[in-house]
Amino acid sequence: MTFAVRRHSVLPGFGIALGFTLLYLSLIVLIPLSATFLKTFSLTWDAFWTAVTAPRVLASYRLTFGASFLAALINAVFGLLVAWVLVRYRFPGKRVIDAFVDLPFALPTAVAGIALAAVYSANGWIGSLFAPYGIKIAFTPLGVLVALTFIGLPFVVRTVQPVLEDLEPELEEAAATLGATRLQTFTKILFPTLLPALLTGFALSFARAIGEYGSVIFIAGNLPMVSEITPLLIITKLEQYDYAGATALAVVMLLISFMLLLIINLLQWWARRRRAAV
Amino acid sequence: MSIEVKNVNRRFGNFAALDDVSLEVQTGELLALLGPSGSGKTTLLRVIAGLETVDSGQVLFHGEDATSQHVRDRRVGFVFQHYALFRHLSIFENVAFGLRVRPKANRPGEAEIRRKVMELLELVQLDWLADRYPHQLSGGQRQRIALARALAVEPRVLLLDEPFGALDAKVRKELRTWLRRLHDEMHITSVFVTHDQDEALEVSDRVVVMNEGRIQQIGTPQEVYDHPVNAFVYQFLGNVNLFHGRVDEGTALIGPAGLPVPAHGETTVGQAIAAYARPHDIELIRPRQGELGISARVEHLLAVGPIVRVDLRPDDSDAPIHAEIPRDQAARLALVAGDRVLVRPRQVRVFAA
Amino acid sequence: MTTAVLQPALALPVRPVEKATAEPPWVRLLLIGLALAFLGIFLFVPLAAVFYEALRKGVGVYWQAVTEPDALAAVRLTLLAAAISVPLNLVFGVAAAWAIAKFEFRGKNLLITLIDLPFSVSPVIAGLIFVLVFGLQGWFGEWLSEHDLKIIFAVPGIVLATIFVTFPFVARELIPLMQAQGTEEEEAAVVLGASGWQTLWRVTLPNVKWGLLYGVILSNARAMGEFGAVSVVSGHIRGLTNTLPLHVEILYNEYQFAAAFATASLLALLALVTLVLKAWVERRFAD
Repeated sequence: MTFAVRRHSVLPGFGIALGFTLLYLSLIVLIPLSATFLKTFSLTWDAFWTAVTAPRVLASYRLTFGASFLAALINAVFGLLVAWVLVRYRFPGKRVIDAFVDLPFALPTAVAGIALAAVYSANGWIGSLFAPYGIKIAFTPLGVLVALTFIGLPFVVRTVQPVLEDLEPELEEAAATLGATRLQTFTKILFPTLLPALLTGFALSFARAIGEYGSVIFIAGNLPMVSEITPLLIITKLEQYDYAGATALAVVMLLISFMLLLIINLLQWWARRRRAAV
Repeated sequence: MSIEVKNVNRRFGNFAALDDVSLEVQTGELLALLGPSGSGKTTLLRVIAGLETVDSGQVLFHGEDATSQHVRDRRVGFVFQHYALFRHLSIFENVAFGLRVRPKANRPGEAEIRRKVMELLELVQLDWLADRYPHQLSGGQRQRIALARALAVEPRVLLLDEPFGALDAKVRKELRTWLRRLHDEMHITSVFVTHDQDEALEVSDRVVVMNEGRIQQIGTPQEVYDHPVNAFVYQFLGNVNLFHGRVDEGTALIGPAGLPVPAHGETTVGQAIAAYARPHDIELIRPRQGELGISARVEHLLAVGPIVRVDLRPDDSDAPIHAEIPRDQAARLALVAGDRVLVRPRQVRVFAA
Repeated sequence: MTTAVLQPALALPVRPVEKATAEPPWVRLLLIGLALAFLGIFLFVPLAAVFYEALRKGVGVYWQAVTEPDALAAVRLTLLAAAISVPLNLVFGVAAAWAIAKFEFRGKNLLITLIDLPFSVSPVIAGLIFVLVFGLQGWFGEWLSEHDLKIIFAVPGIVLATIFVTFPFVARELIPLMQAQGTEEEEAAVVLGASGWQTLWRVTLPNVKWGLLYGVILSNARAMGEFGAVSVVSGHIRGLTNTLPLHVEILYNEYQFAAAFATASLLALLALVTLVLKAWVERRFAD
């Protein structure tokens, strides 16, 4: 990695600003993060592989990624809906609701966790509506899904909303003059235009969900093989002083997160290009 | 397909965008809606298309009331100022869009769509761009594709909103003549909006001049240019000089000097009038005994192409006079700044002040 | 003037026509209803539950829960962690944005991605990495214990973890903002004889003050509310290494639900204040 000023600038402070940035970044983020990777080298490949493919670990992947995927999917559908309603329609209290969408960003995850557990347990406000039909939400994988939907909710809304706001009305008018119904205009014109932003929001929501810990553990029940998420498993291993095992899991999660980050960057680049073009 | 607009009103809050507008568009003609921004011309076009609702009044297509018909059922072709091409679709698919969204029962087959789209792309001479995407095209090309897309649905009328507004001067001129030729081949009833008087006069069969939500004049380009019904139309169609005066028995006397010019229109004796003369209708002569004219001083001379622009300051007024005289005449007069001349309008339009 | 008002006979009645690109009213109502129901079930009901559960046993229990010494100690530690991490990340954000937005250099995009990295790291892993570096078995573990220094399961660890999770907030607000504003104003200031600091204080920062404030608000909310990362490095020692969110967890696990929700309601209030401030800044920003 080489940092060199390509163009002469009259502004001062480049050296000190970049120097401080790199130093701080290294101390807080890069060096500690690299510790996880170095730590895994203390394991043999076989030990590493065993640690990250144990049945209990595999079950936690299935739950973490499965529930995160579903939660992101729910958020994609309803996030698009919420963004649409907020941009296109007028109704009382709209401004307050618009601000309220960010609650999952602002509310500490532990608070969200105990609140969701209270509401969705068998005797909670919403849980009690489902209990008579034998549907348990809290303390089951369904509870994990609820928590992950909660924390990922703002991502899709906030990525789709600005694109929807910037959309020229002429596109829809053009479709209408060409004989398209409202539904055809949506499926053939609006949806493809919003797709990059929607996918970005989906990926952000998914990435956030797979690492989530605080809001999930209170509502999940944390039953090994059933409702235990991977981040919790890392903590469990830590508490058993199995540092190598915890780190091995962390490395797997990190690699997946980085891959998602790359995908998200590509999606955002695509979204920008589609917005910029024409 | 004829279009009839009857007593249409449309307000946006306190602003009357259309104020009791009535208009007939003949079958097969190319009509220009001309006016400054805010004159209501685009609103009128959008009302005809069904993109804008009316507060009161009627829109008739071929004698049938279309006022409450939805835009998608009106079968109008609409071309937007900024093209509004679908950026995620190829050029081919943009043009095919109107065919693909038809109800299943009368949706053409794939081969038919292909034939039709390619035919249209050939018509706008861009068939070689079928597989490209909108962002790969120039502005002029995009506008032609937008036109092809509008034509694909076999519209009963073609509506164009400032179709050349976003293009640079050269492309604009080319597309203008091209549109006129295209219209002569297809004879589809067309209405286009423009704020450029040259464009309106050059391209259209008839011009509708609008201002402040009302129609000022409807006529052929020749009519509106030569016989403007009011001062607004006269001023909007070209540069003018304004002289104040009064009417005296069949002639108008302008300026304190009382230069007589032929009076037009319904003016009564003694009435205060405003007389307009275009710069190229102004004659300059050297002051001589017995010659009438408005005495003025030459302030500035500028030779532009075949003409010379002369800025003049009349002795008795602060309002400058602009004249445009042929080069050879300027050479004969041998004017320099500071010279005294007599100004004589050859052609004057007189309106009640 | 011939208007329809003056000539009512000519003003033909019009059936109301829907706008060309609007949905029918029933579709609009249905969509609004669905969206509000979704937000209600997932956002509003849980938030209301926090306050309901907190006050269910009465105001006395509530007051006791939020004023007991352990709770107050948790408040102090939470404020301390935020008071250290937010200013540090603010300084970092300004430095990073200055370098990235006002200069051209190779590796810029990589640097931006690296700054965003903490957002894509699970909070649990954010805690774990500091355990690996400073914990007993970590790189500096032996050295630290020899000198009787404690980072993990102590306050410095909590602060470090908090800094990590709030690392990108200010920078990611400032970078696009300062990039969009370009360098012309700063160059003008320099040409007029301003020093680097003067340019920063008098030209650059006033231009981005709302973005700066926005980043600080978000960063502060996350710093005070962080749970996962802090949980790993805290050791959960009551009165010593417990932040407010950790205190909520302990009370909850001890089945002191009313006290847990009472403490949680403080954090929920913080969230609401954050949302109000955020909306206010966004509005000022838009002007």
